[in-house]
Amino acid sequence: MISLVGRPLSVVGLVVAATTVNLPLAKIHPETKPRPAWYETWRRFARNKPALLGLMVIVLLLFTAIFAGQLAPYDYTKTNLDLSAKPPSAEHWLGTDVIGRDMLSRIIFGARSVVFVIVVVATISLSLGLVLGAAAGYFGGWVDTLISRTIDFLFAFPDLLFIFFIAATIKPGLVAGLRTLAQDNNMQWLTDFVRSGYADYLVVMIALSVLGWAGLARLVRGQILALREKEFVIGAQAVGVSNWRIMTRYLIPNSLAPILVAISMGLGGIALSEGILAYLGIGLQPPNPSWGNILADNIGRYWRTWPEMLWMIFLPFAVMAAVVFAFNFVGDGLNEALNPELQ
Amino acid sequence: MAAYVVRRLLWLPVLLILISLVTFALGIYGPGDPVQVLMGLHTRPEIVDQVRKEYGFDQPFVIQYLNYVSNALRGNFGYSVVKFPGQSVSDLLAKRFPVTFQLNLVALAWSLPLGIALGIFSALKRKSWFDVFIRALVILGISLPVIGLQPVLTFAMARKHEFGTFSIGPFLPVGGWKGMFAPEVILPAFILGLGVLAVFTRQTRAAMIEVMTSDFIRTARAKGLKEWMVVGRHALRNALIPLVTIIGFTIAGLFAGSFIVEQFYGIPGVGSLAFDALTSREYYIIMAFTLIAATVYVLINLLIDILYAFVDPRIRYQ
Repeated sequence: MISLVGRPLSVVGLVVAATTVNLPLAKIHPETKPRPAWYETWRRFARNKPALLGLMVIVLLLFTAIFAGQLAPYDYTKTNLDLSAKPPSAEHWLGTDVIGRDMLSRIIFGARSVVFVIVVVATISLSLGLVLGAAAGYFGGWVDTLISRTIDFLFAFPDLLFIFFIAATIKPGLVAGLRTLAQDNNMQWLTDFVRSGYADYLVVMIALSVLGWAGLARLVRGQILALREKEFVIGAQAVGVSNWRIMTRYLIPNSLAPILVAISMGLGGIALSEGILAYLGIGLQPPNPSWGNILADNIGRYWRTWPEMLWMIFLPFAVMAAVVFAFNFVGDGLNEALNPELQ
Repeated sequence: MAAYVVRRLLWLPVLLILISLVTFALGIYGPGDPVQVLMGLHTRPEIVDQVRKEYGFDQPFVIQYLNYVSNALRGNFGYSVVKFPGQSVSDLLAKRFPVTFQLNLVALAWSLPLGIALGIFSALKRKSWFDVFIRALVILGISLPVIGLQPVLTFAMARKHEFGTFSIGPFLPVGGWKGMFAPEVILPAFILGLGVLAVFTRQTRAAMIEVMTSDFIRTARAKGLKEWMVVGRHALRNALIPLVTIIGFTIAGLFAGSFIVEQFYGIPGVGSLAFDALTSREYYIIMAFTLIAATVYVLINLLIDILYAFVDPRIRYQ
């Protein structure tokens, strides 16, 4: 059966090969340099308009966060009760909130808060997730058991609940501990730090990182496990390439595609969590601005009507949504660019 | 297979002990000295000592932990101190759980089937405008912050909008809880379900695409089967299996995450109870909530993993 099918096919193949050999189909230009592998990926990515737009939003966000001090027209804590909940005007482009603070300045500094959290949480969870996930996948045995069981344990708590729990239990103790530490040792900077409300923030960031690395490590572990059995890795082991080099040069680069996508989407998730936690009063403490607590402040005690709704609630909501969108679109674009066969 | 189930079941008690240990340790000792937390501003030493004895805080940690767990196993999670003085935590949870359950049921009832249907159609009409539209919608559903969506949607639906002499709305009543069939449930259930809708559309689409490009579908087509047979009989059954694994996470996550919605709309479920507990530092309620949620989460996921292996015989756990 197979030979019956195989023979005519191979004959056709031979004929095709014979006819194509003489055709100058692949003309080689010696002057064109081979393009690096990432160039194709970038070209596919750049074709995706939403992803490109998302990248621009992210760049704008970073710019705003870095130059918040120069961009903001007012002090974000300066109140003015004569200007309570005023509509946008020439002085206050996005209007003012209930206690007369400039909304534009608060939103600009809110960008700094969210970028700060994203950078810190991403750095911690990324390094932990990559190293521990790769170690678990590569070494196997008790290392894998220990790391995988830790991940299982962390996954036992639903995300938001875990952060909620940490914030409810560890935070007051930690903040009180820091305060007494500062008083006992007469450390002015620590007292200022605790008073500024950023100590509360620290707890949130730790909780987010603790959750973040577990998800990433699980993904990396799966990737490494699949790659470990591939011939080129076994070959490298056979010629005596060191474990560290195999991990950093063979395994991690080859498992990067899904990891990059997960990270990009994860950053959007971190931005979202930051907002939600500040909204719930667990994250950044007022008067420091986060888009989440701007929303919570502005929903406030009474129900807003249309024009107030627009600048007091819709704007922070829109900014927040735009940032999360941006990360998700970039993630989606990366997914398509890195795995063209998938989509 | 049997070995896998046994190993998972053996790991279960270890996991549960770890969860309860961490919950207990953080819940009691996280905020500082538990007696100080309970007493607040009352600091007369003899009363502090009396309370310390009464609550068993003078005992060694292990004894305290075992006491807590054995009480918890018998349904006693301690008592509320500040917000609902004297009421037992288990009573409070039992009274409020049905509300959260019904709310989530309504949220799942619209979002789960719709998500699966959209995912299937999007995969079948791959690369069409419908598919592009659905994919954008999925990203929208994942990205929109619930905390901002709540006031905006509520404003749009629950207010009378006046344009000069002409006015429309309000379309929906909101606020409070009047049972799962009252129209008040629509808005919170819609907002809760959006995330589920997005996740299920995305997963169904991915699974369906993977199945539709596999060899046995080509074989089915080559046999000359009608397209609805190929899709309905061959593709769909295989594509829906992986969804089983995320259903558990989704349902458990919904319960734990519904406190944002419950708190905003004033729905008296476990979520708003947990939120009240957080703001008034009711550690016994927070501990009970965390402990129960994590335990249920673990159990559901175990059940689903085992179920998955039975549903899909190709899965070999090692």
